Amino acid sequence: MEGNMRLSLKVWRQSNTDAAGGFEDYKLDNVSPDMSFLEMFDVLNEQLIEEGKEPVAFDHDCREGICGMCSMYINGRPHGPLRGVTTCQLHMRSFKDGDTIVVEPWRAQAFPVIKDLVVDRDAFDRVISAGGFISVNTGNAQDANSLPIAKEAADDAFAAAACIGCGACVAACKNASAMLFVSAKISQLALLPQGQAERSIRAEKMVAQMDAEGFGACTNTGACSAECPKEISLENIARMNREYIGAKFSSSAV
Amino acid sequence: MSWFSQTLTSSIGKKLLMALTGLFLISFLVIHATINAMIFYNDGGETFSHWGHFMGTNPIIRTLEIGLVAGFLIHIIDGLMLWKSNRDARPVKYAVNNAAANSTWYSRSMGLLGTLLLIFLVIHTSHFWIPNRSNQFATGEELNLYQMMLDTFQNPVVVLIYVLGCVSLFWHLLHGFKSAFQSLGLNHVKYNGAISFVGTAFSIIVPILFALMPISIYLGWVK
Repeated sequence: MEGNMRLSLKVWRQSNTDAAGGFEDYKLDNVSPDMSFLEMFDVLNEQLIEEGKEPVAFDHDCREGICGMCSMYINGRPHGPLRGVTTCQLHMRSFKDGDTIVVEPWRAQAFPVIKDLVVDRDAFDRVISAGGFISVNTGNAQDANSLPIAKEAADDAFAAAACIGCGACVAACKNASAMLFVSAKISQLALLPQGQAERSIRAEKMVAQMDAEGFGACTNTGACSAECPKEISLENIARMNREYIGAKFSSSAV
Repeated sequence: MSWFSQTLTSSIGKKLLMALTGLFLISFLVIHATINAMIFYNDGGETFSHWGHFMGTNPIIRTLEIGLVAGFLIHIIDGLMLWKSNRDARPVKYAVNNAAANSTWYSRSMGLLGTLLLIFLVIHTSHFWIPNRSNQFATGEELNLYQMMLDTFQNPVVVLIYVLGCVSLFWHLLHGFKSAFQSLGLNHVKYNGAISFVGTAFSIIVPILFALMPISIYLGWVK
């Protein structure tokens, strides 16, 4: 079709966690600029299947930018060249005819490659299990006005809760640090009345789990926030530092 | 491990130590630059030597100097530990990495800039601080630091090393000053502008002031 693009792809292929991986070169001759990046990969996989080759494994689920499953380090940036966009919402019109696109998995000690572009992000789930929740008795929901919440606190908590846990912050950080993710999860609860009961222990346990998973520390380069598809603010990391240091020096957990 | 050492060896605790020692070393730079700037009176080193003598002999200052050495050591050792754990957090590097799209080169190079500053610190202290303190320890007498400055900065290579040291200090401070406040959790809409302005101004003024010292002596402006 007119306006369609020819692209060269360099894609990381790795058969399993322990296998040595490497780049494979692929050519696509008829890529519509209206395709999403993942649809372009669907086309590539159809082509590979027809050739009798193993399709490229990649994570995806909702394909509408809200589930946090898609990843891919595209031309040196997580989720590709656009700001505030997941890979599934990136369209081929952001590339030019004849481009070579390099696609790698997230790289982090805590995110081992499972296959090709799929990495194991269970480390995030374990950080959440360590304290990213509130404990409430079951029963009828309270009246909405029984817990007054300041508009600013509600807004900040909502902005932090927009984190979809995709791991782009870890992928972008030169230290593979998970602080933007963990700080968003700590913030969304620390800002609301429901989060107060477990506020100290939550900060202590989630940070301890983050460290145990082997994520790096924060150098405040701001790369995480710049690459975050949900544009989570660095203010959350400052808040997490306050929460953690405050909890460590004042809680009764020794 | 006690809760205290557990806190200070956590990822956030290590950054807390970096921030606190960093800000402490920044306060040292203020004193160091102010007293050394006395050479610009160009009075044959009289004012400089007066204050140099005070700093070298006052018992309170000498006690604080132990804290200063500790501050340097903690900042250096903690920095190296962070460098190691941060490097280990990504064993396989990206083949293509466009980091310039999301962060400044100097914010990503604090370890490199810090190492350059450490090399400079070794050269610098072996020029002045170590010989002077060794002599004080051996004989109880201070060396003539002003004359030592005049002699040391006749060598253009030494002057170049000092200027390069100041350039490294500029980039290190340009990120480090603001970063310290973020690590301490001090990120607030009312103060961010002031922190950013003071940090940038400090990073420019102090290294220029330091660099002017060897340059002025080399060019004979200060005699």
